Amino acid sequence: MSATDENIELAKKPVAAREANNPNPISAKDAVIEVDNVSFSYDDGKSNVLSNISFNIPKGKVTALIGPSGCGKSTLIRCLNRMNDLVETSKVTTGQIRIMGQDINAAEVDPIELRKQVGMVFQKYNPFPKSVYENVAYGLRIQGIKNKGRLDEAVEVSLRRAALWNEVKDRLGSSALGLSGGQQQRLCIARTIAVNPRIVLMDEPCSALDPIATARIEELIAELQEDFTIVIVTHNMQQATRVSDRTAFFYLGRLIEYDETTTIFGNPSVSQTEDYVSGRFG
Amino acid sequence: MNPFKSSSKTQKRKDAIVAGFLAVLTYIILACTLFIFFDITKKGLPVIMPVFSEQGGEVFNSDFLTRMPETLVEFTDGEGLKKSMPSSDFTAYTKKNPDAVVENKKTNAYSGGGIAGPLIGTALLVIVCMIAALIVGVAAAVYLNEYASQGRFVGLIRLAIMNLAGVPSIVFGLFGFAFFCLFPLLPVFETGLGADLPKIAIPMFGGHLVFKTLGNSLLAGGLTLAVMVLPVIIAACEESLKAIPKGFREASLALGATKWQCIRTAVLPYATPGILTASVLGVTRVAGETAPIMFTAAVALKGKLPWQDAQDNGIFWLPDIFTESVQAMPYHIYTFAKIPRTEATSAMQDGSVFVFLVMVMLFASFSIYLRIQYRKKLKW
Repeated sequence: MSATDENIELAKKPVAAREANNPNPISAKDAVIEVDNVSFSYDDGKSNVLSNISFNIPKGKVTALIGPSGCGKSTLIRCLNRMNDLVETSKVTTGQIRIMGQDINAAEVDPIELRKQVGMVFQKYNPFPKSVYENVAYGLRIQGIKNKGRLDEAVEVSLRRAALWNEVKDRLGSSALGLSGGQQQRLCIARTIAVNPRIVLMDEPCSALDPIATARIEELIAELQEDFTIVIVTHNMQQATRVSDRTAFFYLGRLIEYDETTTIFGNPSVSQTEDYVSGRFG
Repeated sequence: MNPFKSSSKTQKRKDAIVAGFLAVLTYIILACTLFIFFDITKKGLPVIMPVFSEQGGEVFNSDFLTRMPETLVEFTDGEGLKKSMPSSDFTAYTKKNPDAVVENKKTNAYSGGGIAGPLIGTALLVIVCMIAALIVGVAAAVYLNEYASQGRFVGLIRLAIMNLAGVPSIVFGLFGFAFFCLFPLLPVFETGLGADLPKIAIPMFGGHLVFKTLGNSLLAGGLTLAVMVLPVIIAACEESLKAIPKGFREASLALGATKWQCIRTAVLPYATPGILTASVLGVTRVAGETAPIMFTAAVALKGKLPWQDAQDNGIFWLPDIFTESVQAMPYHIYTFAKIPRTEATSAMQDGSVFVFLVMVMLFASFSIYLRIQYRKKLKW
């Protein structure tokens, strides 16, 4: 059997909760996101794209989700701010996702409020065809904030934090689409942090960017870590080593291993993880 | 030695024949269009700009566009000269010269004066129609595209709307007549009704709110045209909405917008130009429809413009414009088609058709201009 076939066979076997085996577990006290035995389906429960995922994401750190295409990492991250609600037949079939102790799929949770606290940066940068200023101010405007002084201040703070202020301060009124790709993605990051979420989800934020723009965004992630909890999905293993504190490795909808980044890449416990990070499949 | 020499000659010949055939068909369409256009222009332009006619004259015949249609009076005067003039001019002429000789007097209905009434009537009908159609059409498109869960039921709704496009225009006219003209729809506040109350009379503020039929009116005609143009508007709005990238909606929702906030701030502003372009095309279509307005709004001859008539009704005359009947260009041209074509009537016939054609072409050009501007401004 080839390495890939072996791994597929391994992935189909039921997996014990990895946290229990983890020598460095994250306790519920330190966790801001608890994923508790979660399975997820896009077709009303007929088949699961995520099976029995359990792990805790720590506060104030960068957690990377890695794995080959189709392993479910994007699906999982979109569960965290209920963006999957846009697909009508999607549902969490087992388990709970708790953010700050609250089950986010409970009836009393308003997804609008959830999304104000859990922001998202998308793979393909998508600034609105408005001015730079209006893009960053968008999240505040829809909350009803009209005071120009407040908006001005929030826009400047966000653009500074996103390391974009110096490049756009003289052209705040110009169209956002006139910026370069890397600048547009940083603008999207500024737009997301302008509403002051606690958690920022990033779904492959650099995959559409050139290496120089990628490096700038990675620097930015390191700076943002002080104020936000960041969860980043990445295809690029070297990026995971560069930016993250903890890494979770997924394969075919299952969580294979979750540990400190240095352990995952230096001394993984599961052979599948070792195969993936050393490039034997993927 | 050429390894890439042509192999099959017959295949190439077939290709060439098909290409030529398609080109010929296209050019036939072009030829028909040009023929119609040039024929109408040749006959109609001298009416508007008499400088181009055989007898010569002024550069721009503004009378034609500013006067109401009247009866044309032809007669021979004392010196044997043939004269023709609109009836109001004729009355003035006989008043000024009471002993002028008038022989061989002949009257031609609708053939004198100008087309101010029909032009304004068509403009008013189009305005009423587009306001109604845009409000209902955009709402329906937003609902179908953004809110309704896509399933069989929504598919049936779309099918029903598209079927509206296949309904013959004369059927629309009859429907409009039955529904808008004969059915009491207009709420009117009236006082002093006494014992003779109609079936539905809601007492309020010392009087009653009753419902009256619209009768033959601008509002009935405009609403009938609106129903007719709805499929075009809804289809175009849905296309515009679908063309908005999913990323805008996702970004907006991910920032904590409600569904309506997302649509209002991140979708509709970018769909508006496409909606406008499509609505101008819709206007081009309905401006020329005769059957829907024949029973619901249009009259062949009317002495006054709608607001002049409405002012006769008392102090609150502005809303009354909508309950007046109007003249309209397509109906005007239709009434002409039934009149025998003589030297005297041909001027009005050709002139009307030419002005109408120019009007429709201006609308179409405006829509093309809008589309070009829209493409330039919004690129994502």
